[in-house]
Amino acid sequence: MTSGTTHPLENADPWAGIRRGQQRRPVEWLVERAIHAISLSAIVGVFLIFIFVAREALPIVLGRATSASATQVIPLEGLDTRSPAEIQKYLGLTPEQFAALDRDAKVDLMNLKLETAKGASKDRDAAVNTLEWRYLLLPYQWSGYDKPEMIWQPVSSIHKYNIIPLLIGTLKATIVALLFAVPLSLAAAIYVSQLSSPRLKEWLKPGIELLAGIPSVVLGFFGLLIMASFLQEVFGYESRLNAFVAGIALGFAIIPVTFSIAEDALTSVPGSYVHGALALGSTRWQAAWRIVLPAAIPGVFAAVVLGFGRAVGETMVVLMASGNASIVSASLFDSTRTITATIAAELAETVFGEHHYRMLFLLGALLFGVTFLSNLVAESFIHRLKKQLEGKA
Amino acid sequence: MTSTPKISIPPSAEAVAPGETGEAPQARSAADSRILIESSDVSLFYGPSQALKRISIDIRERLVTAFIGPSGCGKSTFLRCFNRMNDLIDHVRVQGRIQIGGHDIYSGDVDVIELRKRVGMVFQKSNPFPKSIFENIAYGLRLHGMRNGPELQGVVEQSLRGAALWDEVKDRLHSSALGLSGGQQQRLCIARAIAIRPQILLMDEPASALDPIATAKIEELILELKKEFTIVIVTHNMQQAARISDLTAFFYLGELIEYDVTTKIFTNPGKKQTEDYVTGRFG
Repeated sequence: MTSGTTHPLENADPWAGIRRGQQRRPVEWLVERAIHAISLSAIVGVFLIFIFVAREALPIVLGRATSASATQVIPLEGLDTRSPAEIQKYLGLTPEQFAALDRDAKVDLMNLKLETAKGASKDRDAAVNTLEWRYLLLPYQWSGYDKPEMIWQPVSSIHKYNIIPLLIGTLKATIVALLFAVPLSLAAAIYVSQLSSPRLKEWLKPGIELLAGIPSVVLGFFGLLIMASFLQEVFGYESRLNAFVAGIALGFAIIPVTFSIAEDALTSVPGSYVHGALALGSTRWQAAWRIVLPAAIPGVFAAVVLGFGRAVGETMVVLMASGNASIVSASLFDSTRTITATIAAELAETVFGEHHYRMLFLLGALLFGVTFLSNLVAESFIHRLKKQLEGKA
Repeated sequence: MTSTPKISIPPSAEAVAPGETGEAPQARSAADSRILIESSDVSLFYGPSQALKRISIDIRERLVTAFIGPSGCGKSTFLRCFNRMNDLIDHVRVQGRIQIGGHDIYSGDVDVIELRKRVGMVFQKSNPFPKSIFENIAYGLRLHGMRNGPELQGVVEQSLRGAALWDEVKDRLHSSALGLSGGQQQRLCIARAIAIRPQILLMDEPASALDPIATAKIEELILELKKEFTIVIVTHNMQQAARISDLTAFFYLGELIEYDVTTKIFTNPGKKQTEDYVTGRFG
């Protein structure tokens, strides 16, 4: 039985070293820690970004900011008669800033305040703080208008910050995009994963996913120049750039996302289900539709939610193709403006720390909240579905 | 290559006199039974490599025919020829002729869907759909045109009873089939297959992933099902073949070596290779 040669892994005592204690493996430990830290930093990063955005918007949320140009005016003599704290507040300065100014500078500021007050006071709305929630969300009859309206018009003598037009714009573009992209990408995913020949699949899958590589500015450009004209010719609506055009262009941006994830979900359904269905006399299509798709529904749903997130957050396409008019309208063929486009278009023109600036950050926080919530809801829904499918619920 | 002579039930089977121990009824039924599947000179190629070599065999109605042989001998591949599941694999080419109920199933005018409705299949690994127990059975019924209603429910119950599963699941018909144990899942797959009333039931190692108790239940079930269905079963377990089958075919390296009444294969095989295999000398 025994041969003369010894095995390189064999010892005289086969159990030697078994109780030498857990060996230290510093490199493994280090790599593990590093990966751990990196993955945690991603979560921390998202959290910090949200904190930053929310912090900028906080004065509005807490009702501490005001946009009213006509406030109670303190005449120049007030500088001597009123308390420094009152003046400081009136001039909108922090105590440190206030302390750093000399008397002349304060007089200049007081005069500036008086000037602006003189210019603005003619409008009865000048005294309105348009940053209050009711002006942000509810219609209001502004001076010069004959009925209450919801208006986003931050750059005017009266800063109108109603966010409803932007919400409607975002919703319209997103819904059009989803209605256009989800059926198409799901159909493509079913075809590629279940029906196409393997050879064709090798071409189709990367081909569709290549769409994701198109920069959104190029998609926007395409939507703005070519699709807008084409669709206008086909449907014959009035304004060339509108929610419909923007939604379709946006659809192209989300097709690769939903397709790719849905395709993966469908492909990961065990082939044994398909074989079982075929052996019962299903056609390939029946097996795909009645067995594979229901089995992959959690993943397909996740694909749609991610597509929704991308559509809500996509900026360049809608900025270019939507017409950018913040109109409250139910028609898809009116120009529209989304939250993202508004932030992108207006942030560069705002004064740092001023109410318009804060308002845009509020919109940003809102956007973040919407996508976060939708992901959260979807995640829990998917979790439940998965459990149901696995027979644990 | 010379043509292998067609193996059919040898005279020895018919010669067994009635009353001669337990073998008699088995042997007699083998001889009396009509031929349902007639395979002649079937060869199968995966691309350039030949997996089945000119196999000719007659499968008889309402009997259990077992295919045995070492792994890779082509017995499962051959089984899948009967419901054309091999069509799903790329680059598979089938030569020769398989007639089921007198119809050449590889002829151009055969509807594979209709074929598979009549030739049901149970797989090695139980594969219930991720749906409720009820829906698993109802799927095939709806597929072939049944609408919801008392009739559908009746057939579901009847099928579950037929697969000896009804008593275990009747209170949870609408919970997920994936919550069942392995043996129950496999019986559900059998119920699903028999629900659409096939003529033939192909079983590809249906008990190989199950524990002995679940296996015993499946075997009992097969003996019961044989009254109504023609069963062809691939098995690695020779005791199982001996226990449940009437006829046994031994495959080796893509060839059909011997096909005979089960008792003969296991007690007095005609070929040396068969004897070596069933006595455990190789395989």
